[in-house]
Amino acid sequence: MSLIEGKFGKNIVITSVDAVANWARASSLWPMLFGIACCAIEMMATAASRYDWDRLGVIPRASPRQSDLMIVAGTVNAKMALVVKKLYEQMPDPKYVLAMGVCVVGGGPYYKWGYSVVKGVDKVVPVDVYVPGCPPRPEALLDGLIKLQKKIQAQTLAKDPVHDQSAYLVTPAVPDRVGAYSQVKPLN
Amino acid sequence: MSTGAKPIETQDMLLNMGPQHPSTHGVLRLVIRTDGEMVSEVTPVVGYLHRCAEKIGENLRYEQFVPYTDRMDYLSSMSDNLAFCLATEKLLTIEIPPRAQYIRVIMAELNRIASHLLAFGTYGLDIGAFTPFLYAFRERELILNMFEYVCGARLTYNYVKVGGLMKDVDKKFAQMVENFLNQFDDRLKDYNDLLSSNSIFLTRTKALGVISAESALDWGLTGPNLRASGINYDVRKAMPYSSYEKFQFDVPLGSNDIGVVGDCWNRYWLRIIEMKESCKIIKQAMDGLPAGKYAADLRKIKPAVGEAYTCIENPRGELGFYIVSDGSEIPTRCKVRAPSFVNLAIMSEVGKNNLIADLIAILGSIDIVLGEIDR
Repeated sequence: MSLIEGKFGKNIVITSVDAVANWARASSLWPMLFGIACCAIEMMATAASRYDWDRLGVIPRASPRQSDLMIVAGTVNAKMALVVKKLYEQMPDPKYVLAMGVCVVGGGPYYKWGYSVVKGVDKVVPVDVYVPGCPPRPEALLDGLIKLQKKIQAQTLAKDPVHDQSAYLVTPAVPDRVGAYSQVKPLN
Repeated sequence: MSTGAKPIETQDMLLNMGPQHPSTHGVLRLVIRTDGEMVSEVTPVVGYLHRCAEKIGENLRYEQFVPYTDRMDYLSSMSDNLAFCLATEKLLTIEIPPRAQYIRVIMAELNRIASHLLAFGTYGLDIGAFTPFLYAFRERELILNMFEYVCGARLTYNYVKVGGLMKDVDKKFAQMVENFLNQFDDRLKDYNDLLSSNSIFLTRTKALGVISAESALDWGLTGPNLRASGINYDVRKAMPYSSYEKFQFDVPLGSNDIGVVGDCWNRYWLRIIEMKESCKIIKQAMDGLPAGKYAADLRKIKPAVGEAYTCIENPRGELGFYIVSDGSEIPTRCKVRAPSFVNLAIMSEVGKNNLIADLIAILGSIDIVLGEIDR
């Protein structure tokens, strides 16, 4: 018998702060309503009647400031990369990124000849879950979301040097026309 | 009434709409100059989804390029496959078996319905009606089921190949199509009850963003946007391809019944009627589906020196492929005439002198696909 065992009534919830915070974060993932290309259509299909991601607590929000998950759905090119980065920076912490489709995972069909395509969005923002496919089926996206929820449930509020995101707060390296990586000038 | 007070000075504001905006249908950026709520200038900025499709066309063999056409207009991949294959077949001067031609028509029309359903659903979303979107996707999933059954993919099919088709269709597919056609008329009635006859929707779309017949022609509009302005031009009728001349169907035009010719309502309504017409074509093609081979015998795709342009009626308008061949297995030039790209240009004229909220309604009614615009 420990010191506090059996001291509380049944109306008192006893748990760790980690468990409550993770439970809340995992079961209300609000992705940003942001589709880039073909994958966005499958993302819409996942949101619509047959697959219905609302049942996982996933409700799309139109503004980055209200969302905590960015689903990068579609090819990111050099012009888009800065926008993706800016959107990521506008999201409040804690924030997660799900890379949807092979273009976002690593260039995909545009790997060889796509001179403007960023070969993987993880060159621009940190990615939590990769969902390959061209485009991934809605089931695959749902699986990715469930994997992300599991990942969130394993988080801790304690200091974690592995997930220190300050390392990514530098100007992204994106390919220029000849395929070499260089700094890109900001818009306008 | 002169009190000697100075009139209030107003200042124009430049606003960025997009690239991340829920109603720009992708990564379109509109730079708008506003005076309060009024928009005085609209400039579309494209290029956020440039994926080098034409350059890839100059580096890959003809049959290798077909999957890239899928990803150009990802809402009607079958049409894009078809347009590219027709251009290549024109260069090769080969005969396509009638069965393959009929199946191509069935697939293109099914895909037109799927695309128009998405346009219908997202237009409702843009205006503020969420429910029609869920209904539209319910039927769209039925069509995607059929595509998945014949070619294994839900969105990027690579089904039409140079010389014919990847695979034949069977009785189960015919049964699926029949089931779909039997219930689709009732579903259309649901849509009309939900959205078309909704008085808020009518108020938001009627007499808004009117494109006159002259300016539609001047800006080179095609597809439902042109026909809503009252001009009877449909590539399926004007330059029949893939045995479209054998089917009976009407080309709906914009009318003054509810809205004004060329307004957002007419552009929306035309897509609803076109879905009915597509059903007619699919029914005729399924009934008259000839037996025989589903692909021509083609060992090697190596056209002679020359050039070819073919255009087809994509859900969004005239989609053309212009291919130049130097006699090798790889095209020298592969130019795409994308309907959305041309249709989008009129935004700078029709979007002017409207409220910001109406700009969304106009953009949604033009029904663009960014993958096709930026390529």
